[in-house]
Amino acid sequence: MSKKLIVPVALSLAAIAASAQAQEAPPFKIGVVTFLSGAPAGPFGVPARNGAELVAEALNDGAMPAPYATKGFGGRPIELVFIDEAGGTTKQVSEYRNLVQRQNVDAVVGYISSGDCLAIAPVAEEMRKLTVFFDCGTPRIFEDASYKYVFRTGATGTMDSVAAAMYVKEIKPNATKIAGINQNYAWGHDSWNDFEAAIKALMPSVQIVTSQMPKFLAGQYGAEISALLTSGAEVVHSSFWGGDMEALVLQGAPRGLFSKSTVVLTTGETALPKLNTRVPEGTVIGARGPYGPFAPDNAINQWLVKSYEDRYNVRPTYPAYKMTQAILGIKAAYEKAQAANGGKTPNQDQIIASFEHLEFEGPGGTVRMALGKGHQAVLGTAYGTVKHENGQAVVTNVRYYPAEKVNPPEGVKSEDWVKTALK
Amino acid sequence: MSALLAVVVDGVIYASWLFMIAVGLTLIYGVMKILNIAHGSLYALGAYGAASLAGYWLSQGYAPFGSYAALLAAAALVGLIIGPLIERGLLRFMYGRDEIILLLVTYAVFLILEDAIKLIWGVDPYIISEPYGLLGIVEFANLVYPTYSFMLIVVSLAVGVLLAWVLHRTRHGKLLAAVIHDREVSQAMGVNVRRYYLATFTAGAILAALGGALTAPTVSVVPGMGVEVIVLAFAVVVIGGLGSLPGAALGALIVGLLRAAAVHYAPALELFSIYLVMALVLAFRPQGLFAGEQVRTI
Repeated sequence: MSKKLIVPVALSLAAIAASAQAQEAPPFKIGVVTFLSGAPAGPFGVPARNGAELVAEALNDGAMPAPYATKGFGGRPIELVFIDEAGGTTKQVSEYRNLVQRQNVDAVVGYISSGDCLAIAPVAEEMRKLTVFFDCGTPRIFEDASYKYVFRTGATGTMDSVAAAMYVKEIKPNATKIAGINQNYAWGHDSWNDFEAAIKALMPSVQIVTSQMPKFLAGQYGAEISALLTSGAEVVHSSFWGGDMEALVLQGAPRGLFSKSTVVLTTGETALPKLNTRVPEGTVIGARGPYGPFAPDNAINQWLVKSYEDRYNVRPTYPAYKMTQAILGIKAAYEKAQAANGGKTPNQDQIIASFEHLEFEGPGGTVRMALGKGHQAVLGTAYGTVKHENGQAVVTNVRYYPAEKVNPPEGVKSEDWVKTALK
Repeated sequence: MSALLAVVVDGVIYASWLFMIAVGLTLIYGVMKILNIAHGSLYALGAYGAASLAGYWLSQGYAPFGSYAALLAAAALVGLIIGPLIERGLLRFMYGRDEIILLLVTYAVFLILEDAIKLIWGVDPYIISEPYGLLGIVEFANLVYPTYSFMLIVVSLAVGVLLAWVLHRTRHGKLLAAVIHDREVSQAMGVNVRRYYLATFTAGAILAALGGALTAPTVSVVPGMGVEVIVLAFAVVVIGGLGSLPGAALGALIVGLLRAAAVHYAPALELFSIYLVMALVLAFRPQGLFAGEQVRTI
């Protein structure tokens, strides 16, 4: 080879090598679907989006604590595309198709509404795209069907209701009059049905004195609060969330609802940073898992609390935890698949294979993909009681419930399990 | 017996709230024949404005009772700014068009305002509960009620009486009646119709915002709160008869009492109760309980 040619050839070879290297680590693109408008945006959607942004940035910078200290997903930087979950299931299905076909995402993480999850799951299967539900609660997803491409890293709503009933049994063992106030749509009905079945199984002598089902977003609960007060209920169960829950607290507290009965708010943790001491002492709250004040003192939780507070000036609530958990789940599955693939970029089927039955660490502790043929996570949960300390609402009297106590075994439907196994 | 009393008290409190949110809607329809969907957004703007203004007032450490003035000021401010803006800036170009066109126009305004609210206040909830608890509580029928709820009854009665007085006992009210009956003839007789339309729309906007401002302390002010309200207000107004003031009052009372009875005695029927009344009224008296005979120009 003549000397004249060496330089250009070397340069072009270097360029090819560089582009090959660049091709080796294209970004892993995730479509993140969460409510950015509408009523669920404030309490759920926005904390979840914040969580996704934080965790993606930290992973790309290699700033997460172990075992997630490697950059991105096995060296591939993470790129997020946000989609608003508002607008109903039909819109979500077309948004999903858009994400897969036009945006060419590598995975979709999202969905707070159970209705959206039920609609998206079969579409994900049809489009053959790895899809991770991070929050929606209905157990029906993996109990009524089985999916290859769909995973859920958050526990089902059954766990919230069962653990709530267990907590009630511990703190009010002699209660006989139980009441409920839940929103009149799928979430409210499912939560109440599970709670009613669980409390009747655990405390056979209880009597349901009233079950209020006001319209979702009703806002005015004067008559319902009167009915709960006149019913003489010792325990009131509510799966209210967002503005409805805040309105119930604001309207119920001055009328003595929270002092005359023990009110259990299964999603109460999301309101704590905002309402603070307006949530009366003695209120029982949950966080739909071991999140927020119930989270273990592990390095991932410490990282999340610190970086979230630094950036958003408020404590992270459970949607931020669950979103973090979902993205870390994919990272764990991706890197396990990569290792099994001899360090080379794994394909989607390999990621899915390593995701099934995976155990990974999240900000709420160990997550086990134990149900739904390895596609549905179980983890423990906790409930606690609100106490006011130095002008701050804190959670005391916290009880933890291990995963196997509050989730059905594989192959058993939640509904049947609650009625039979809890007795 | 005490349960029945609770039904009446809860029903009347709820009815007074319904009347507050419906009266502006029926006023605007009565005079202008516009079914103002943007009423819901004006309600939400009133609530957000009140939360911001009263929140600012309290954060400055001023006398807590001044927060009531802040609520009223927020309602007036929202109504006086947004009302004329919508009427002069948009609606006046549409007068004389079909009622459906105007309905669509106000629906568009509703969507725009919903997004504007999101741009200004974001999606986080605003909580301004201090005025709710400030007046203390009243024990009644073995139950505890915040005095604020009874104040709401007084305010909505006052609003109703004031409106009835203005419409039936003042010169302006009589001229307005003339405008309602025949816009063209009134104009020919020298009535400044334009001014009456502007005044009516602004009054309706202030009433919507007042409803929101007085509701704000009892709830968490969140995006989408106007949607629920426009549906409810529409149901109440249809039951009473579109454009009728006593109709709105009676509609609110019927719905309020029936809903409270459902909550106490048959909670499963609560969701259905309002629409049951609406369906029955529409089936047997489609023009609503109080709407007068329809006079049509041929």
